[in-house]
Amino acid sequence: MELYLTAFQQAISALWAYKGRTLLTMLGIVIGIGTIIVMVSIGQGANQAIQDQINKMGTNLLYAISGSSKKGGVRGGHGSQPSLRLKDIDAIRRLCPSIKEISYQINGAVQSVAENKNWGSPLQGSVPAYASITSWTLQEGEFINDRHLKTVANVAVLGSVVAENLFEPGSSVVGRKIRLKNVPFTVIGTLTSKGRTPDGRDADDVVIIPYTTAVRKIMGRALPGMVHFILVSAHSKELVPRAKWEMEIALRQSHRIPENGDDDFIVGTLDEFADAATESTAIMRLLLIAVASISLVVGGIGIMNIMLVTVTERTREIGVRMAIGAREKDILTQFLVESITMSVVGGILGTVIGIATSRVISEIAGWPTIISPESIVIATFFSGLIGIFFGFYPARKASRLDPIDALHHE
Amino acid sequence: MPSPIIQLEGIRRIFPMGDETVEALKGIDLTIHEKEFVAIMGTSGSGKSTLMHIMGLLDSLSEGRYNLDGEDVSAISRDKRAEIRNQKIGFIFQSFNLLSRSSALENVELPMLYRRPAISGRREKALKALEMVGLENRSDHEPRQLSGGQQQRVAIARALVNEPPIILADEPTGNLDSRTGDDILGLLTSLNEQGITIIIVTHDPDIGGKAKRRIVLRDGNIEQDETN
Repeated sequence: MELYLTAFQQAISALWAYKGRTLLTMLGIVIGIGTIIVMVSIGQGANQAIQDQINKMGTNLLYAISGSSKKGGVRGGHGSQPSLRLKDIDAIRRLCPSIKEISYQINGAVQSVAENKNWGSPLQGSVPAYASITSWTLQEGEFINDRHLKTVANVAVLGSVVAENLFEPGSSVVGRKIRLKNVPFTVIGTLTSKGRTPDGRDADDVVIIPYTTAVRKIMGRALPGMVHFILVSAHSKELVPRAKWEMEIALRQSHRIPENGDDDFIVGTLDEFADAATESTAIMRLLLIAVASISLVVGGIGIMNIMLVTVTERTREIGVRMAIGAREKDILTQFLVESITMSVVGGILGTVIGIATSRVISEIAGWPTIISPESIVIATFFSGLIGIFFGFYPARKASRLDPIDALHHE
Repeated sequence: MPSPIIQLEGIRRIFPMGDETVEALKGIDLTIHEKEFVAIMGTSGSGKSTLMHIMGLLDSLSEGRYNLDGEDVSAISRDKRAEIRNQKIGFIFQSFNLLSRSSALENVELPMLYRRPAISGRREKALKALEMVGLENRSDHEPRQLSGGQQQRVAIARALVNEPPIILADEPTGNLDSRTGDDILGLLTSLNEQGITIIIVTHDPDIGGKAKRRIVLRDGNIEQDETN
């Protein structure tokens, strides 16, 4: 142990004696490790941003929409034959143990009229579970509850865009009256802003009323029990694929689709959006890390080169050490410690510069970056590995010198 | 009569030189006893350096038997040779061979760092060795801050620190002026009086004259072996 400590002290003083040369040699490692730290922090920041976006939509979500229809050889597109009904909801409740919460809705468009302003927006006839599934919180007031649903109440919850366009900004809107298709409604809450949905719509431009109210009082043409969109949450992320399978079986059964018949509905998951986005950042990151790794290898070769020079320059010293009793292992250790010290110090410098650079990038470009402790530990460990790998050959060469030749080296 | 410390029997050392071979030692028989002060002399090419390398376990022998301090060391491994060098032989070189970036004290400590099993109190032992050569107040000086004679004294302290029974000196005064050289020889003589076997390799007849025993080599054979 003490030999290692002495070897380390000697390594430091030997490296310090040639400061400029040591610094230049370390540069390859500094740049390589620095680049990796920056790339990983940007990649993790991007992933986190995507994950946040997805969490904002709600977690572990699946949806079902009506599928295509075929009538006398004419195939309509998706939703051409609204096939989802309230009885499907009951079937899902009965047959899908992996599903935690179910929300269903009917969609339309509506012109909302307040005292002196009006605003056209999508309308959603929804149920209480919608808010919890999408983790959508309220800015003010409350969401639709079961009593509203049962009593077909004339209540509305407004998205922030609708609220801003109907009422003076900053004023409380709970309890205010609006009219939808000449039916009076009381505003019971406003939603917090969510920004854009993955398909580019403004999620906040919406009026939400109870499903029953929408079917019976607003959507004149709607078939009784018709559902446009079913949104469910699975108990966990792992259960999402299973929940999808259960839901397909439940819907096929509910729609009495024969064994070989085509589905008249589509079940999908929101993770599909996320996977695509994560994959593209991962590929980008992998490419950049590959480039950084090449710079690490080049840096390692630089270390090997300078260690070979050092061994040649200090051949005489090696001979003296051998004469007074250094064994092969002692000489090997001494030069390995030297190359490891050089690469680890380079790695630490690279890490510090990498962290600083990520901060600057965050600041200037506005990209989120995350420095994880793991990446620092891995970077340090990896630079140590480079020191061992590229330092081994020169150190072994030193340890194998013949003591007499080494002593008489000029 | 003191017991033998170095016993060489029929030592031959053959070096390959391209297609031919050169026989540097052609069968040396030599016994050196404890507390002897021996000068090994000869012109260059006589084989005196090769003999010193073999006695110092820096080189292996081609043929013959070598008994060092009661142990047969004719055919032992590299690491074992390093271990015996570390504990039984102190080396002194013509060009001092101190580590240039280390202080006198660190230089003297060095042989103890390679000692197995490790020993404690290294600093004190190194200081004591520096005291024996009269340099206790130069312990923090680096070699370039010391005169040639002082550097050779540090080298002697380094050779002494593991308390070896033998000191092997290769032209120890070769790089020194005659007065300083005499000081160094005086120091070696006093160490010999304290019981250490001293072997000096030199081509200088003056130094040879000061030794108690002179062994002269010529063409790989002992030509002359005389004791005062």
